[in-house]
Amino acid sequence: MMQLNCPWCGPRNVSEFHHRGEIVPRPQVATTTPQDWRQYLYERANTAGWSTETWYHSAGCRRFLTIERDTLTNQIRPVDNGSPEVAPVLGVAEQTGAS
Amino acid sequence: MSPMRTRPAPPTTMRLDPQPGEVIDRSTSVRFRWNGQLRTAYQGDTIISALAAAGERVFSRSFKYHRPRGLLTGSFSDPGCTVQVGDEPNVRGAHRLVEAGLDVHAQNVWPSLGVDVKAANQLVGRFLPPGFYYKTFMQPARLWPAYQAVLRRFSSGGTVPPVAPEIYFDKRYAHPDVLVAGGGPAGMAAAVAAADAGARVLLVEEEHQLGGHLRWGDATDLEALAHWREQVLEHEGIEVLTDSTVIARYDENWVGIVQRVGPGARERLIKARARVLVPAAGLIERPYVFEGNDRPGVMLSTAARRLINMYAVKPGERAVVLTANASGDAVVEDLQRAGVQIAHVVDARTGGDIVAARGRSGVSSVVLPGGRAVQADLLVTATGWTTPTALLNMAGDRPVYSPQAARFLPGGQAGDTVLAVGGLAGDGSTEQLVEHAAATGRRCAALALTARAGHAAATPTSPSVRGDGGDGDGNAAPAPEDPGPVPDLPVAEHPELFRASTHGFVDFSEDVSSQDIKLAVAEGYDDIELAKRYTTATMGPLQGKIELVNTIAAVAEATGRTIAETGTTTWRPSYAPITLGALAGRMFSPTRRSPLQAWHEGHGAHPLVAGQWIRPEHYGDPAAEVRAVREGVGIIDVTPIGKLDLVGRDISRLLNLLYVNKWSKLAVGRVRYGVMCAEDGVVLDDGVTGRLGEDHYLMSTTSSGAGAIWEWVEEWLQTAHPDWDVQVTPVTTAYTSINVAGPRSRQLVGRLVEGLDLSPEAFGYMHVRTGRIAGVDNCVLWRIGFTGELSYELHVPASYGLHVWEQLLAHGADLGVRPFGIEAQRILRLEKGHLIVGQDTDGLTKASSAGLDWAIKLDKDDFVGKPELAWATDTPGPRLVGVQPVDGRVVPPEASQILSGSGAILGRITSSRMSPTLGRAIGLAQVHSSVSDPGTRLRVRLRDGTDCTVVVTEHLAHVDPEGQLQEPEGAGDGSSDQVSSHPDPVARTPIPVTKPSGRLGDWVVSTRTATGPLRLSDHSALAKVALKTTPKSTFTEVMDVSHGRTRRTGDDLVIGSGPGEWLVLGPVGSQQELTDRWREQASDAEGPSVAVVDQTHGRALLRLTGLDATALLAKVCAIDLSEDLVPDGSALRTSVATLVTDLVRDDSEGTPSFLLHCERSSGQYLYEALLDAGAEFGVEPEGFPDEDD
Repeated sequence: MMQLNCPWCGPRNVSEFHHRGEIVPRPQVATTTPQDWRQYLYERANTAGWSTETWYHSAGCRRFLTIERDTLTNQIRPVDNGSPEVAPVLGVAEQTGAS
Repeated sequence: MSPMRTRPAPPTTMRLDPQPGEVIDRSTSVRFRWNGQLRTAYQGDTIISALAAAGERVFSRSFKYHRPRGLLTGSFSDPGCTVQVGDEPNVRGAHRLVEAGLDVHAQNVWPSLGVDVKAANQLVGRFLPPGFYYKTFMQPARLWPAYQAVLRRFSSGGTVPPVAPEIYFDKRYAHPDVLVAGGGPAGMAAAVAAADAGARVLLVEEEHQLGGHLRWGDATDLEALAHWREQVLEHEGIEVLTDSTVIARYDENWVGIVQRVGPGARERLIKARARVLVPAAGLIERPYVFEGNDRPGVMLSTAARRLINMYAVKPGERAVVLTANASGDAVVEDLQRAGVQIAHVVDARTGGDIVAARGRSGVSSVVLPGGRAVQADLLVTATGWTTPTALLNMAGDRPVYSPQAARFLPGGQAGDTVLAVGGLAGDGSTEQLVEHAAATGRRCAALALTARAGHAAATPTSPSVRGDGGDGDGNAAPAPEDPGPVPDLPVAEHPELFRASTHGFVDFSEDVSSQDIKLAVAEGYDDIELAKRYTTATMGPLQGKIELVNTIAAVAEATGRTIAETGTTTWRPSYAPITLGALAGRMFSPTRRSPLQAWHEGHGAHPLVAGQWIRPEHYGDPAAEVRAVREGVGIIDVTPIGKLDLVGRDISRLLNLLYVNKWSKLAVGRVRYGVMCAEDGVVLDDGVTGRLGEDHYLMSTTSSGAGAIWEWVEEWLQTAHPDWDVQVTPVTTAYTSINVAGPRSRQLVGRLVEGLDLSPEAFGYMHVRTGRIAGVDNCVLWRIGFTGELSYELHVPASYGLHVWEQLLAHGADLGVRPFGIEAQRILRLEKGHLIVGQDTDGLTKASSAGLDWAIKLDKDDFVGKPELAWATDTPGPRLVGVQPVDGRVVPPEASQILSGSGAILGRITSSRMSPTLGRAIGLAQVHSSVSDPGTRLRVRLRDGTDCTVVVTEHLAHVDPEGQLQEPEGAGDGSSDQVSSHPDPVARTPIPVTKPSGRLGDWVVSTRTATGPLRLSDHSALAKVALKTTPKSTFTEVMDVSHGRTRRTGDDLVIGSGPGEWLVLGPVGSQQELTDRWREQASDAEGPSVAVVDQTHGRALLRLTGLDATALLAKVCAIDLSEDLVPDGSALRTSVATLVTDLVRDDSEGTPSFLLHCERSSGQYLYEALLDAGAEFGVEPEGFPDEDD
C-alpha cells in the first residue's frame, strides 16, 4: 500500500484517504454549454505522468488536499493549498524515486 | 551385483545417538497418532522427523498418479510431506512440530497409504499428459456434472471439515526500520549491524530456529550459529519472529508476514511498513530430474543433513550420493558419521551422472550410466540451487540467469530500499557473506534512520519540528554516520545440472514430468509462461520453490533456447501459504447504536441493519403502530438522521449553493426542506435545515447520507469557497432524535417542555425552538412532518435520550402513545407521498424527475447542478407519481416493472405497501412522462408473471394531500393539561457499564476497581467542547496548542485535534461553563468565526492505560506509536479497528496511557474491539476514577 505524505499529518497509508480525482475547473454556470459542462462532469485527462489531484484525508485531518502525483510512479509532491509550510519530507522510497 | 536382491528389513528405529546440533529434547517424549497408530516423538521433532526416526519412508501419495512419496527436502517446502492434522488439511509435516495428542493422517490416499487404488493412475500415466482433462472432458457439455463428480474424487488435498471450526485469527501492524526476511547467518549479521547502528529491526525466520544452514553444519558452523544467535537474541533493538514468513512486499515496503502462532489463534497476519527490507532467504536446493526421482529414499543433500544433524535420524542404510557442490561433499561425511554405508559417490563436477532410481515403494537400487545398478535404499543429490527472489521480484526486480552459477541472480532493479544479503546476493565463505550482510545492515540502518527522522519532522505529534527543537529543515536527528562501503560478493562456479539422460518429475506437487513439458512445447506452448499454465508446473503448493529452475531448463531444452533466453516466471504474493482466516483476521465491522437501542431490544424490537446502524424495524405490529400515529401519538427513534452544526457569516451562501431551493430569507426560528443535487442534476440528498441564530444553523441529512453530505459540504467549502466563513461540526450522535407524531403529539410534548409556547400561533409548522424537555436543557425542537401528522422532532443531548424517551412513554399512556419503528414510518411517509432519496430515486434521477420541480429555483445565479436541471426542464423523461392498484388487495412488490402494451418498460414501482389508513394498496412509481398524467392506467408485471393494473393518482400523497393533518382538530395548544412531574434527568454513556456502578453528577458510571497491568475505562462522562475555525486562524494563539499536541490548563486538557480544530476536556458536568467560557473567547477573536460546540454527548471517550497499551493498539491501528513519533502529549486522528478515532497520548504518572474518542454511536463497538484485541494482554475494564481525570 502506498503512502501519502499529508502536509498536515505526515505520512499515512493511502487507505486513510478518499481519492477525489484530478482537478477539473468548473465552467461558468451562467454561460456554459452542454458540451463544456459534460466535459467538466465526465471527461478526464487521465495523464500518464504528473497529475494534479484532490485527495480527502477522511480518516485524518479531514482536509481536502491538492497533490501532484506521478501516475506512473506514485511519486507525490504537495501543492500549496493553505497547508502548513513544511518541507515535503518523504519516505526513503520517495527520496530515491523507487516505488 | 544383482539389483534383485531383497532389501534388508526396515529397522525399528533410525534414531541416532545424540548429535551436537540436534534440536530435539530427548528428556521429553510426546505421543501422537499416525494413521490411527500411536507413535512417540521427542519434543522438537517435526511430524516427519518423528516418523522417519521410526523407520517410515512413505508419507503421502502424489497428486495425479498417486505414487508413494517420501521425504525430499525435509523442509516446509517438501512436496511429499503434506499431511492432515485433525481438522486441518495440508499441514506441512516436515515443518510442523509434533505436539502431544496430534491426530495425523496421510492425505490423498484411498483406502490407505499402503494400498491406494488410485495408484492405478500411474499405470495409465501416458494417458494423463498435460491438458488431459481439458482435452478429454470437453464434450459433450451436458456430461459436465458427471465428469465433475468423478474428477472431484481424484482431486488432492486434505479434508476440510463440513462445519468450519471456530478459530480465532488475529492481525497486527509493525513499523520496523529494517525488516530482515530470513534468519540465517547473513540475515542475523545484517540484523545485528542494523540494530547496532540504532535501527529498530524485525527479523523474520520461516523455521523454528534461527541459523539457516548453520543448523545442520559442522562444528565451525555450530560455533558461528551460537555466536550469532546470542548476538541477535540479546539485542534489544531486534524483535525476532520464528515460524513466520514474509509472504508479500507491496508499494513502499508494505510487507505481509504470516506468523504461525499455534493453538488458539492458528495464524496471525502482520502488516509491516518497513523503511528498508532485507531479503535474506538463502538458497533453496533443487532436485535433479531423472527416472524415479520421486521415489521415497531419493532426497536432497540438505534434507539428509537436516535429518542427521538436527533430528538425529539416520536417513537410510546404504547410500548413493550425486554431488556437484560442497553440500554434496558434506553430506557424504555426515552419512558416514551416521553409520550409513556409502555405496557409491558420483561427482558431477567431473562428468559423473546417474540414470535412474529403481524400486517399488522406495529406492532399492540406483542405475548408473552404462546400466550398472548399485543397491541402495538412499540416493542423495546435490545438483544446485534455486534463488528465491520473490521479494526482490515484488519490488520490481527481474532476476538474471547466470550460467556460471547455474542459478538466477538478482537483477539489481529492486530499488534502494530492498537490499538482499546472503545466498540471494552471491556466493562466498560464511565470513564473506557475513561481512557483506553486516555492511549492508549498516547501510540499511543509515537509510532507515534518515527516513525516520524525515517522518518525525513531517509528523505534527513529534514535538521536535513544529513545536520546539527542530531545525526547520526536517532534520530532527543528526544524520547517521557514513555506513561505509558494501563489499562485492563473488559468484562461484557451479555445473549446470538439470536433467539426466532419462526423464523424471519436474514438479512433484503437480506430478509434471520433463516429458510433459517437452510435449507441451511440441504442442506450441513454447513460452515459459504458457508452458507453466498449460502443464501447471510451478503452480502447485510449492509455487516454484524447488521446481522453477528445472521447469525453465526443461522448456529451454525443448525449445532449443538458452535458459537466459527462456527467462523466468514471475514470483507473486503470496510467497508462502496463508489461511483465508488469517487474511481476514479479526472481524472489524463497526456497528452504530443509538442511545435507545438497548431499550428497543428490551421491548421486542425487530432489529433492522441499515448501513452500520442497528435500528428497530418494528415492535411486532407495524400496522398497529401506523394507526397509533394516525389516531393518537407515536414516538420513533430517528437518531441516525444526519446533523451538521453550521456556524459562520456565509451559511446562507453555502445553502444557496448546495440546495436547489432558496435560503436567503430563512428567518431565525424557521426550518425549511431542501433538496441537494450533484453537478449532473441527480438528487443527492434531502432534509430540513433550521436557523437557530443569526450565524448558527442546524442542517439535517438523510440517515444514510450523513457521512457523504458532511464530506460534500466540506469539499465545496474547502476546494471551491475557502474564503466563505462557515464552520461545520458533525453532531449526528450528539443528539438522541425522537420524532413525536400524531394528533396528540402537541399534548404529549406539552406535558414535558418547560418555558416554551407550543400553540400553533407561537410555534407553527416548519419552525424551530430550543428549550428544556423533561428537565433536560439544550434540546432542539423542530416542527416538521415526514409522517404527514402533526409532529415534533426532539433533538435531546444524547446521554439524556433514554430519560426523555421513557418520560414520553410515561406521560402519554392516556394519549395512547406507543413506539413505532422504521417500517411504520415508511408506511406513513408513503401514505403522505414523501419520497426517500435512493429508494424513490436512483443514480439517474434528476430533481425534476422526482416531483421536486417546485423546489428548483432556476432564477438563482448558481447552485450545484443548475445547468443540468435547466436543460432538463420540460423535457420528456421519468417522473415520480403516486399509483394505486385497481384491485386494492394487491401490493405490487417494489421494483416491479411497468410495461407498455407492446411489453416495453415504461418504469417501475419504487415504493409499495398496504395502507392501514386507507385499507388498500398504495405506491409510488417512476414512470415515463408520457404516461404520468393522473388517471393513466398502467400494467405492472408481478413476480409470478401475471399483471395487475395501477392508476396514476392526482397527488403523490395518498392521505391528506391538502396537509390539513398538520393542524388537526383537538390537538390543543400544548399548554400542560396535567401536572408534569418527572424524575431528575439521568445521563448515560454509550459504553455498557461494568458493575458495580454508581452516580457521578447526572451520570451512571462504572465504579469497578482494576489493578491489572492494562486497563480500559469509560471517560465519556467528561465534559467535551469542540472548537473549530479555519486552519490558519490566529485563534491558534488563543488556544496555545497546535494540531497534533495537547496542553493541560487547570482541570482541562486542550487537544489539538486537527488543523484549526480543538477538543477541550473538562471535569464531569463542566460543559456549560466550558462552552460559555470558550464562546466568549471565540466572540472576541478577530477573523474567521470560531464554532464552539458542546460535544459532551456526541463523543465516546475511553482511556487505555498500561505498559502494553501500545502493543494492544498495534493490533487495531496502523500508525507507528513509537515514543519518538508519538510521545506523551500527542494527538492524532486515524483509523482504529476501521473506525475513525482520535488518539491522544496522555500518560498517567509515567505509565503509557491513551485517550481514544470517536462519535458516540460507535463507542460500544470501539470499546468491545479494544477489549477483544487486548485479551492476550489481560486488559480489564476499569471504572471511572473518583478523582478528576
